[in-house]
Amino acid sequence: MIPDFIWTNAPALLVAIPLLGAFLCPIIGKISPRARNVWVGGIMLVTAIVALILAYRVFTDGTVLYTFGAAVPGLSIPLDSGGIPIRIIFTVDAMSAFMDIICAIVGFSAILYSLASESRNSGLEMYYTLFLLMVAGVFGMVSTGDFFNFFVFLEILSMASAGIIAYRVDGGVAVEAAIKYFVLSSVGAIFVLFAIGIYYGQYDALNMAMIAYRMQGSSLDMIALVMLVAALAMKCGAVPMHFWTPDAYSMAPSSATAFLVVASQASLYGLFRVLFTFYNLTLNAVTVGWIIIILGILSMVVGVTMAIPQKDVKRLMAYHAVSQTGYMLLGIGVGLAVLGNQPLMESFGYMAMNGGVFHILNHALYKGLLFLTAGAIFYRIGTRNLNKMGGLGHNMKWTMVFFIIGALAIAGIPPLNGFASKLMIYESVFIFNPILAIIAMVVSILTLASFVKVFHSIFMGPKLPEYAEVKEAPLPMLLGMGILASLAVIFGLFPDIVVTTLVSPAVHALTDQAAYIASVLGGA
Amino acid sequence: MANLFQTLVTGAGFWNPLAWLLGIVVALIIAYLLWTRGEEGWKKGTPQTEPFLSGNKEPGKDEVHIRAGNLYWGYLEALKGYYDRIVPLHTGDLTDYLLWYLSVMVVILVLVVIYA
Amino acid sequence: MLWNLPFIAVVVITMIGLVTILLKKNLIKVMLGINILQSAANLFLISLGYREGGIAPIFTLAPSTHMVLPTPQALCLTSIVIGLATSALMLSFAVIIHKKYGTVDLDKIRRLQG
Repeated sequence: MIPDFIWTNAPALLVAIPLLGAFLCPIIGKISPRARNVWVGGIMLVTAIVALILAYRVFTDGTVLYTFGAAVPGLSIPLDSGGIPIRIIFTVDAMSAFMDIICAIVGFSAILYSLASESRNSGLEMYYTLFLLMVAGVFGMVSTGDFFNFFVFLEILSMASAGIIAYRVDGGVAVEAAIKYFVLSSVGAIFVLFAIGIYYGQYDALNMAMIAYRMQGSSLDMIALVMLVAALAMKCGAVPMHFWTPDAYSMAPSSATAFLVVASQASLYGLFRVLFTFYNLTLNAVTVGWIIIILGILSMVVGVTMAIPQKDVKRLMAYHAVSQTGYMLLGIGVGLAVLGNQPLMESFGYMAMNGGVFHILNHALYKGLLFLTAGAIFYRIGTRNLNKMGGLGHNMKWTMVFFIIGALAIAGIPPLNGFASKLMIYESVFIFNPILAIIAMVVSILTLASFVKVFHSIFMGPKLPEYAEVKEAPLPMLLGMGILASLAVIFGLFPDIVVTTLVSPAVHALTDQAAYIASVLGGA
Repeated sequence: MANLFQTLVTGAGFWNPLAWLLGIVVALIIAYLLWTRGEEGWKKGTPQTEPFLSGNKEPGKDEVHIRAGNLYWGYLEALKGYYDRIVPLHTGDLTDYLLWYLSVMVVILVLVVIYA
Repeated sequence: MLWNLPFIAVVVITMIGLVTILLKKNLIKVMLGINILQSAANLFLISLGYREGGIAPIFTLAPSTHMVLPTPQALCLTSIVIGLATSALMLSFAVIIHKKYGTVDLDKIRRLQG
């Protein structure tokens, strides 16, 4: 049914298709705007289908290897190389496939939405070029098995993101946000490069599996670990390195903001990959686990408390994104803190990590949805200031329904998807340390309180005279929001099937370092 | 597809959204039945439909709408001590952002070295 | 000791770069600091690849097979290219900021806060 060519070359196509689409976009944009829209939508649809095919292959057959330049894609070690993988390899295991699915879903919805939401702006060829470059960057980051390649995609991603944040210049304010984001991520990326140098100097390898196989846990490795943890935690917006997040998320166009959430999560994936695949038991799991937990708790508390007094709706949602990232860090941190202690892992460690990883998927869905609804409101009334809004529920009924779904999901109200993952985090973290679980619950209540305020001030109240003529958002925007909203509901209603088929294999792929190494190096 | 309706076991507890949904639907049906037994007694076009019993005039639409800035005033006032410390940290100054990033890196390094 | 000289230079250049980006309040100078940091990273990669007496890995008419691995040079070239793109993008942002705000002083580029 699926052509053999796509089945075999899926990992390479995942990056090649959006890159091709990105660089041909300005040329096709010369023909007509309609041709450009069809081209961009088609490219993203094909990429998403390839990503889902690849994910299906990974979840049925196990880890997929793609060695660039080899005679057979699975031949990771050339016969005359003495057992060293010298080529660039894409190693797509269950965790990578999980991230691929997220990127495919959110990317497709955001592109569909942007076809209408950005239609009033000029220079759209460049916008879509940058957007597809972001898609290529995220797919590359989560699929690659070569650490230098990871750095390259990280830089592609941050350059495209900075460009797209600055896209709507907005009197220079958007460019200011882009500068803050880009200077920070450039400095972070340089430290990632230093860490790569340290690994290469010690282990003569850039391949992730080879680095993991030879990992000694020496003091140089610890310095590399600190550089990577700080840089990647900064790029995913953990407090107290979150300052760029509200600036960048609030100033980017809404369809791009929804995808910036996924871009941050790609850095989160990098962080988890470093901690679990590179180091695993060679690091001091309790210390590093607690560092991650503290970053998570700080993100949760500071994020949500800073969100409550905000007046800009997208800035408010951006602070909530910081807060929700804290849940993922908390779940994974608890799993890391008890790593190596098999009884504790069985009793709550795996559950905490399942919750954290499941929350990545849920967060991408509902936070993407919320940013898209905020964009729909901005598209119709032209302001993001909550104090100027009111009574929009009379005219924008579908947007209101989607907003309710997103808001209830982020606050963890059953039966939506946010509840399932938060419940898993609460219960497992409660066994580990009750205080952490209580903080997490209080943060969830504050999240609900904050979204009650947003909901009231945007949609409730009498129809205001200045917004009497406001119409519902255009169809493509509603479709983009509808995809994310319906998935949020479906994943909320059937959490067990998602956890057993997607999340649990992803978590086991993370924790099982030996399996990752063996998949690349053979039975070594 | 047998496990489509399976319960999510979360270690100490469990979560079955469909059973929960069933409970909510039953509760909503009961609520609806109670509602239908109510009395439909108000008359259109009489002073009964006016918003104020006292006979005051209804103010304009944008005057009665409670804007976002008025919400959670008490909450922000109660936590003034916390907010007065945390909000000024978000200076918007790029140098501060870089300083926070590098100092967190140093703190993590110190923690990793101490507990090595 | 002489063997470690490149690495000492890497540390010194890194420190100069970090001090520049932390103490300078001019956007252009912060960007120059990032470029200095990038040079430190490139020097680090190149120093890692140095082997005494090694020759370029070209097998045609090679005098000996004592060759260096070309990977660090490849990494360094990639990193230089990325650094070029980074500088170009940052400087174009600085141009727009200078046009719209009329300043490149970081103390005044603070419209987003709180």
